[in-house]
Amino acid sequence: MSKPELKPDLQVLPDIVLDDGEPVFNAPWEAQAFAMTVRLFEKGLFTWNEWASSLSAEIHGGTEREYYRHWLCALEKLIAEKQIMSLNDIESREQAWHDAAARTPHGEPIEL
Amino acid sequence: MIHDGDSGDGDGDGDNHNHDHDHDHDHDDGMSHLGKMEARVRALESLLVEKGYVESESIDQLIQIYETKIGPKNGAHVVAKSWVEPDFADWLRRDATAAIHSLGYTSRQGEHMQAVFNSDDTHHLVVCTLCSCYPWSVLGLPPTWYKSPPFRSKAVIDPRGVLSDFGLNLPETTSVEVHDSTAETRYLVIPQRPGGTDGWSIDQLAALVTRNAMIGTAIADDPQ
Repeated sequence: MSKPELKPDLQVLPDIVLDDGEPVFNAPWEAQAFAMTVRLFEKGLFTWNEWASSLSAEIHGGTEREYYRHWLCALEKLIAEKQIMSLNDIESREQAWHDAAARTPHGEPIEL
Repeated sequence: MIHDGDSGDGDGDGDNHNHDHDHDHDHDDGMSHLGKMEARVRALESLLVEKGYVESESIDQLIQIYETKIGPKNGAHVVAKSWVEPDFADWLRRDATAAIHSLGYTSRQGEHMQAVFNSDDTHHLVVCTLCSCYPWSVLGLPPTWYKSPPFRSKAVIDPRGVLSDFGLNLPETTSVEVHDSTAETRYLVIPQRPGGTDGWSIDQLAALVTRNAMIGTAIADDPQ
């Protein structure tokens, strides 16, 4: 289990939009990407500094994107770097979800 | 046709995952659709769960902790204004999309909104298992339970049961109408104005309108 009280320090992250110290999301997937990152950090898969520099590299990498798109790309790269899974794995699973959605009638839960 | 007011995906704003998204917008076959970013995040999460790095429950818990700042302020403003200004309420009834738009609340995809008004006779409840069918621009992020399949199936079969799970026990004389939010039409429940609020300003009233009241699992708060 995770160590208790391992708090992510949001203030050190580049460009994050906070409201009263809380992150601001514009869509559910953004909150999900955020939460996955915090969870992997809590599990000790990377340090918060590693995360902050990965995100910073993405943001300053020259591609214009919305903030949480940068976030997700940075997370995917860090995960690949840590050999948790490859970008190809993610790519093919993404397609699997699209395929699953296309065979699921609207309103029913989408399952792989 | 507007398909999926999705996760802000597929509008080509410099995304580098190199996916064609045109196919996203031209099937209207009653099947589900995931936005690009939504599918991408699902891909990552499902792989991490399978490999044992994270548990879905812990992700949901974290989201609940952090999502509190995404209050349903926009929707609450819409509701409160409709309580105070009959003309606005009228407009909302006729063309909710335009009425809401007039307050500056728009989403990227500009989905069609419909306002449903609670009364003594009818209580409205909105369901959908796809978070992409949820009007974030008005309500903020959906609560985690809203996306759960059990909530939806129970809401359809036994809406009164769901409401009483949420602590809302309606009189027998009030019928419950369930609306299935779709990619094309998203619903906003306009709760009834609570008593004891005569002369209140829109801002004061808006504070009584919770997200759950605008989904229909609650009524507006009582004035303290």
